Amino acid sequence: MLLPTEKAIALIDGNNFYVSCERVFNPSLEKKSLVILSNNDGCIVSRSQEAKNLGIGMGVPLFKVKHLMTKHQLQWLSSNYTLYGDMSARMMATLAEFSPEQEIYSIDECFLNLSDVISVQEQIPYGKKMRARIQQYLGLPTCVGIGPSKTLAKLANHIAKKNQQFEGVFAWASLTPTEQTYWLQQIAVGEVWGVGRKIGAHLEKMGIQTVYDLQQADSETIRRRFSVVMARTVNELKGISCIAMADIADSERKQQIISSKSFGKPVRELYHLEEATASYVSRAAEKLRLQKSVCHYVTVFIHTNPFKPQEPQYRNQITIPLSIASADSRRLIKAALFGLHQIYRVDFAYKKVGVILSDFRDAEHHQNDLFTQIDETKSHQVMQTMDLLNQRFGANTVAIAGTGSNAGNNQHWRMRANHKSKRFTTCWQEIPIARAS
Amino acid sequence: MPKTLKSELYPLFSHSISAGFPSPASDYIDQRLDLNQYLGMHSEATFFLRVQGDSMQGAGIFDGDLLIVDRSVQAKSGNVVVAVVDGEFTVKRLQRRAGVTWLKAENPAYPPIELRDGQELEVWGVVSHVVHKP
Repeated sequence: MLLPTEKAIALIDGNNFYVSCERVFNPSLEKKSLVILSNNDGCIVSRSQEAKNLGIGMGVPLFKVKHLMTKHQLQWLSSNYTLYGDMSARMMATLAEFSPEQEIYSIDECFLNLSDVISVQEQIPYGKKMRARIQQYLGLPTCVGIGPSKTLAKLANHIAKKNQQFEGVFAWASLTPTEQTYWLQQIAVGEVWGVGRKIGAHLEKMGIQTVYDLQQADSETIRRRFSVVMARTVNELKGISCIAMADIADSERKQQIISSKSFGKPVRELYHLEEATASYVSRAAEKLRLQKSVCHYVTVFIHTNPFKPQEPQYRNQITIPLSIASADSRRLIKAALFGLHQIYRVDFAYKKVGVILSDFRDAEHHQNDLFTQIDETKSHQVMQTMDLLNQRFGANTVAIAGTGSNAGNNQHWRMRANHKSKRFTTCWQEIPIARAS
Repeated sequence: MPKTLKSELYPLFSHSISAGFPSPASDYIDQRLDLNQYLGMHSEATFFLRVQGDSMQGAGIFDGDLLIVDRSVQAKSGNVVVAVVDGEFTVKRLQRRAGVTWLKAENPAYPPIELRDGQELEVWGVVSHVVHKP
């Protein structure tokens, strides 16, 4: 079966994004085993290829791989969201020039609609061009997947990432039907966007093991056995685009919520932007509460119309960290408006404003700021979380800092604070040094 | 872009003229010169680095100066560049002649760094401007 070629959607994402951002400003980390930790719980959230080769898994707590530190010179850093956020904004803005329709899906990935931008033959060269541009401008390695639907674009990206012979760009349209079938048969059904481990296991029991099996499945049967969402996935795999751009997939709990929109008419006044920002935050906060999360960061971004280069151009973004993770619209709006006021400049015609909520915690289990008064119920929740983590990962995985009950853990906290890299792109005092000696 | 950057872009006139007298200059409204635009500050490929040392004095680059680095342009022989040497950023003049590449200091006290065959040179970016406080 030959996949249709009328539509072309690209998914571009950064390879080991956090690690790559760190390496741009600290080239001595190149070719080293390096992991980045989440800022609170000490779990690994990004790994260099060298670290992956050591068998280090995603989400593993640092202490589990401590033994590799001296033996394999494994290095680690706390996550520097200020840096990653700015590099992400630069990457997205650079990619926005390749298509009039862009959907930022997460901090390091975006969809671009290329349907009316390039021909089928141009897909691979265009993908290579985007990749080279990001590498040159920002020093970040990326992979590009192109397909007739978002699900196939995601899958193409996965293939590009895992198979070096494609040099970072994979497009379904560049393959013969036999080759397409071959690759669909190579990948386990669990890798498909929106198919989690649970559904994957179910499907396997039904004899659907590879992506090819799922593609060949009867979508009506799948709808009855699973859901409309899964039936839609089957159609997407057949190359029938069902998930529109900017349509947020709902099946997985997201790690980032973005709410933004382009203005029909350019907007100049601050109060217009304030209004829009507040309403986007409300919408995003609603989604946040729906999935029972709270967030640690609120990002606001604004930009002028990049397709009108003759007009003065401006774009900026700022991330406001919250002392206590929250899903309270009022708190989030306050933070977002504070951010907006920092980056707003008069005398530009703004095309777009948006907000990003990120660094989520479970609403029921999130840990409070250590310096904030904790009420009884919250305290109870914190304890519950600690117990859960300690049960799961071993005693003393988590302890309360400052209690002095566990010297090892306290040291751990202190070490962590020292392991954050500088804000190389957003703070004058912390820009990189160029030696002239 | 750092949030501390203030755009130096101001209109010559505010847009509302309440009394109904059209300004005789309204046909001549122009944007005031924008230093940010001139320096390429809004480009996604622009980064800042701080100079440490005196090896580039001959090129007018002094200790403590601010380098504006544009990664969107390809480095050519003769450009002042930020290069990666031994895992660190160094600012030097790039020289290529007859297949030989070296990084030249602009201070006789510092010898040039010549690259031998197989030795890789990573040019991180081209220095487009230098901000110097007199």
